[in-house]
Amino acid sequence: MAQNRKRMLIGLFLAPSLCGVLVFQLLPFVDVWHRSFLDAMGRSFVGMENYKMVWGNEAFRMATRNTLHFLAVAIPMLVAGSLVLALLVYRSRAGQHIFKSSLVLPMAIPAAAMVLVWRILFCPDGFLNQILTQMTGEVWEIDWVHKTTAFPILVITYLWKNSGYNMMLWLAGLSAIPESLYDAAQVDGAGELTQLCYITLPCLRGTMGLVFVLSVVNCFRVYREAYLLAGSYPDLSIYMIPHLFSHWFLTLDIQKMSTTAVFLVLAAIAVGGFPMYMGRIGRRE
Amino acid sequence: MGRKARKRETVILVLVSLLVWLPLLLMLTASLMPEDELLWRYLSPLGIGKAPVRVTLLPSYLSLEAFIELLFRSPGFFVMFWNSCIQTFPLLLGQLLVGAPAAWAFARFSFPGRRWLFGLYILLMVLPFQVMQVSNYLVLYRLGLLDSHLALILPGIWSTFPVFIMTRSFEAVPKAFLEAAYLDGAGELKAFFLVGIPTGYPGIVTALVLGFIDAWNALEQPIAYLKDMRRWPLSLYLPDIVQDKAAVAFVAGMVVMMPPVLLYLNGESELEQGVVAFGVKE
Repeated sequence: MAQNRKRMLIGLFLAPSLCGVLVFQLLPFVDVWHRSFLDAMGRSFVGMENYKMVWGNEAFRMATRNTLHFLAVAIPMLVAGSLVLALLVYRSRAGQHIFKSSLVLPMAIPAAAMVLVWRILFCPDGFLNQILTQMTGEVWEIDWVHKTTAFPILVITYLWKNSGYNMMLWLAGLSAIPESLYDAAQVDGAGELTQLCYITLPCLRGTMGLVFVLSVVNCFRVYREAYLLAGSYPDLSIYMIPHLFSHWFLTLDIQKMSTTAVFLVLAAIAVGGFPMYMGRIGRRE
Repeated sequence: MGRKARKRETVILVLVSLLVWLPLLLMLTASLMPEDELLWRYLSPLGIGKAPVRVTLLPSYLSLEAFIELLFRSPGFFVMFWNSCIQTFPLLLGQLLVGAPAAWAFARFSFPGRRWLFGLYILLMVLPFQVMQVSNYLVLYRLGLLDSHLALILPGIWSTFPVFIMTRSFEAVPKAFLEAAYLDGAGELKAFFLVGIPTGYPGIVTALVLGFIDAWNALEQPIAYLKDMRRWPLSLYLPDIVQDKAAVAFVAGMVVMMPPVLLYLNGESELEQGVVAFGVKE
């Protein structure tokens, strides 16, 4: 009896969330998965045809390549950079609070608002060109965001926006390391660097997984900045998977989008070290 | 550690902080400039002409001209501001009402399949918007909700990220608190409302702050589901304001960033605690 009541209660707590997740995420995804095997009219089964078509698609290849390129360049910089910031902030005595707030702030700032400042810096008549002109004596009038330089600018924007947020995650990890470990190490005569390598970094392994996963998630959000800076037809070096989707979406190319969505889910499961992460995170001690 | 090293570290932090503050300061001064000075300095970035940029952190004199123009003579801006509010606040409320009980169930009860279900929620939370873009479009189409505020609100309510955050912070609620409540004769519902919510509130605030920032800045969803410009949120309309009224572009930017920035600064300590709960888990 009590068992039954408890079960009902759990159901009551979970049901509102589960139902919505089912309607707005799971069932649609099953539908997408199903459609990735159908022809354009959505009637007959075509097996792996769509997968072959998307895999051979020039735009898909370019978008995938660029996205991977972006991940490979930006994520290590973000993860390492934010860790360094976290260590510096953690050790700072004076002004710790101010540094922390300042660095996290960009996370809250809408891309739409910052775009104007970026244009002041990077447009042909902009600040960066003026500095370069002053320094070299030649006239610089490069349109930074509409050339291959758009890529580094996007990386910088991504770092600017997410470093503080990741730093906050690292700081949370740092604060959980017991002070006694450092005391013991000091007694044993361990230097700062030794303490960093043998205490701090190993203790942060748990945080690492989360930082990595959230960094990848936020990589896809950089589309906001890319779109606002360079429009929906940007320089080809920053043509990424979200751009691809927005173009296919215009023509409602459902097969291609469905197929690519399936690819993305597989990538999320496989590449992100996700299974391992889930195993640890889903367990309760 | 040497005094010198400490000083050097502080200098580095100051420099990095300046990378955040200088662009904001640039924005602030541009929004407080008289219109003729604004056009003289930033004609090119505003996209209405071509002239070398003249960067400054101090306007020749302060003027609220642009601010007043935006406030009293830009009805379009108000419509979009209101749209942003309509699309953000019900979404957050929904996330809370639906997500908090689910998070409590994940954190406090054991039931068959719990681990898998929670894993599924995490998987859904890391998937980029684009995966669900088509499928949600088809669902919204069938429900006849395209081009309405609900097209952004409904799918947003069932985002699984807030559930994840709140679960972590409910797990951190000390067992002793709950046992005391049960001893006093509290049922599960009472325990949730009287112990869970008050002690787990950093997680709730964290979910709200991060959720607000995300919804307020949404771009992908309105582009995909709102064709009708009258329903656009500010985040989408802002780049177009330059074409309407260049002079108010910077002020509009300032006004758009105010709500998330103020919210963040207000909820900072809760945010830190909430992040500790979901970031430290081994």
